Amino acid sequence: MQQRQAPSAADHILGGPLAGYDPGQFFCELLGTTAAPDPATIDPSRRVILQRLAEMDVEELRRRAAVAETELFNLGITFTVYSERDAIDRILPFDILPRVLTAAEWDRVERGVIQRVAALNLFLHDVYHDQKILRDGVVPTDLVLGNANFRPEMVGLDVPHGTYVHVCGTDIVRDEHDRFLVLEDNARTPSGVSYVIENRHMMARVFPDLMAGLAVRPIGEYGMRLLGAMAEIAAPSAGEPQIVLLSPGIYNSAYFEHVFLAREMGVPLVEGRDLVVEDGSVWMRTVAGLAPVHAIYRRLNDEFLDPAVFRPDSVLGVRGLMEVWRNGRVAIANAVGTGVADDKAVYAYMPRIIRYYLDQEPILANVETHICREADGLRYTLDHLDTLVVKPVGESGGYGLIIGPHATRVELAAFREKLLADPANYISQPMVRLSVAPTLSGDGIAARHVDLRPFAITGRDTWVLPGGLTRVALRPGSLVVNSSQGGGSKDTWVLA
Amino acid sequence: MSTTLADSTDAPRSSQLLSRYAGSIFWLARQMERTENLARILDVTETFTRHARDEEGWLAVVRINADEARFLSTHAAPTAQAVTHFYVLDRDNPTSIAATLAQARENARLLRPLISTEMWSQINVFHNRVRQLTAADIAPSHLSQLCADIKQACQTHTGITEGTFYRDAGWTFYMLGRQIERADQITRLVDIKYHMLLPSADAVGSALDVGQWHALLRAAAGYHAFRRIFPRDMTPAMVAGFLLLNHGFPRSLVHCVRLAQGTLAQLRSSYRLRGADAALERLEDLSAVLTETSIDLLIARGLHEFLDWVQRELIGLHTTIAARFWPAEG
Repeated sequence: MQQRQAPSAADHILGGPLAGYDPGQFFCELLGTTAAPDPATIDPSRRVILQRLAEMDVEELRRRAAVAETELFNLGITFTVYSERDAIDRILPFDILPRVLTAAEWDRVERGVIQRVAALNLFLHDVYHDQKILRDGVVPTDLVLGNANFRPEMVGLDVPHGTYVHVCGTDIVRDEHDRFLVLEDNARTPSGVSYVIENRHMMARVFPDLMAGLAVRPIGEYGMRLLGAMAEIAAPSAGEPQIVLLSPGIYNSAYFEHVFLAREMGVPLVEGRDLVVEDGSVWMRTVAGLAPVHAIYRRLNDEFLDPAVFRPDSVLGVRGLMEVWRNGRVAIANAVGTGVADDKAVYAYMPRIIRYYLDQEPILANVETHICREADGLRYTLDHLDTLVVKPVGESGGYGLIIGPHATRVELAAFREKLLADPANYISQPMVRLSVAPTLSGDGIAARHVDLRPFAITGRDTWVLPGGLTRVALRPGSLVVNSSQGGGSKDTWVLA
Repeated sequence: MSTTLADSTDAPRSSQLLSRYAGSIFWLARQMERTENLARILDVTETFTRHARDEEGWLAVVRINADEARFLSTHAAPTAQAVTHFYVLDRDNPTSIAATLAQARENARLLRPLISTEMWSQINVFHNRVRQLTAADIAPSHLSQLCADIKQACQTHTGITEGTFYRDAGWTFYMLGRQIERADQITRLVDIKYHMLLPSADAVGSALDVGQWHALLRAAAGYHAFRRIFPRDMTPAMVAGFLLLNHGFPRSLVHCVRLAQGTLAQLRSSYRLRGADAALERLEDLSAVLTETSIDLLIARGLHEFLDWVQRELIGLHTTIAARFWPAEG
């Protein structure tokens, strides 16, 4: 270790490999502030972590990162990319510097997520039953009934405890004003929770000295909680309900996660071909013959679930499953048809949906969203086109949107025409200045943008896994955290 | 939270093994055992042919695996280089170590909900290592070491499995797969010697021949056990008799068949799986022959023909087990 001069107060907070760290104008998740960190007021646990990091050197961090990478590969914590000739295993890049949330910060997120999940479930129950929210004009009827993800098969179907979204992954970012903002509600089959828990295991192996003595909230009970929720919704059974996890199989990129969850729950991981509907029940094929199944945690999209009802060419699903579910002889999580609630168009109405059902102000705000089908929203969008991101509501994956600040005058003019031709198809949002976290990069520790996906489990009640998946955009300046586009992940610590 | 599965007794659940899992675990055991035995066969062949530049010796490996047609359609001659490449590196050859391990690894992936993390991780690392092998690794000077490494990795798998695999119906199917594959493989290992002898029957009892029987025993890890039982003498009949009919030798045919019978009986009694009855019945002929026969009788009637028949019986047994426990869906 190098001999250093007696450190100044600021040095004391950002020493060693953190010496040149600069979060710019963004909120820093490790320092807990957008401004320069104040040694007098910084959270004591954050201070301990920073001091421990200051005593390491970058080479030591790199060595540990390499060990972690090898371990992830050897343990097969990978997603497989199949080509004609080969199956290539890739790991989700793992950054060994944790993202830290204080108890107070987490409290905001947790309460906000619980509120949001409650509103989503009430909304789904309403649109598949009385549709009061449509009749009251809070959400436009055509937006819901004309939505590709609205499933008429769900109308009138009652689900236990009114829960449709048993597992929810809410994508949240933090802006420079320390506001947590919801980007997206993932209410269908959100993935990533296996990385949350494996990242923690990995930190315990390669970085035990960083966490030692700190009260970081544990996350190991996720599987038990999920199993508990499944038992709460399971169809009536003679003894213990038989719960299974339904996966599309080993060729699915999230197969590792399916395995992980089946193991954590201690239930069989089944594929559609393992299940059969007979005599009004669902059965699995075992060496002893057919055995009854009472609840299915499915990681298969709606349209593949039952070829008798949805895509007739699906070989991944179970013929007749919907009918058994409708008759209450099996439970399915997440429910079919939740896609109508996490849709981009409906997202814009979420604050109103929360107020409508819960009579509460949203704890977590949306990113400020202008609904172009409304006159005010359209006018604002047209007036600020060069500063906004404008997105078509029906598309996903970034298709058909325009990023005002990055667009040429000609592009903006052309987009204006498209927008005016069909305003109802668009929403607009300002560019969000995502928070950053110190991340090991080619040039030492540098600031990289992050988001957060907490996971909420709901049976009778909602429980939120402390922390969640922190995704990090590994490219300098990039705001894209997706693994397909150079994103990685971090361990997320919630301090007790 | 309501009660969880942990509260229930394991008896009713352990027979709720998915059919697909049973098939995969059975195959996983066979594939790992097959990999180990292929390494043993290549190692002993390398020893047999070391001084002879004997293509016949390498052709024997192809013959006992019943791969002649496929091998000769893509190779001009069964040279050491061609055969070792075919059986170690060639991923287009489904009976190669590389391909067998790839299948084992896919099965292990399917079975990850069932097997221990240690089992999975070791197979994953082993598979990745084998995938990176190149022609240099199978050069004559390296082959023996490579075979030793592969054998050891397979035995590591066996040890991890023994030490970590939960003992339920899944374990029983694993054991069944291992026993059937071991039984099959010992017949192939003995048969390779038969093929070796074929072109030079007059060399029986010569110094070279004794050396080859030594090598065969060593390949089966049976040399020292054999010596303890027969300290003074070593005839081909004694070696073949030991490898096929000795009850104490863990790789002998009779030992493996008896274990398989016991395992099937356990499926019937502990897990109340009636499908085991048909498999036990299927095994009766082989079992009866093994009880009544002697090595001299087998040699007199034709050892090769006997070994062929045993292999067919074992295939029949596998088919019966598959039909009862993991029938094609529908």
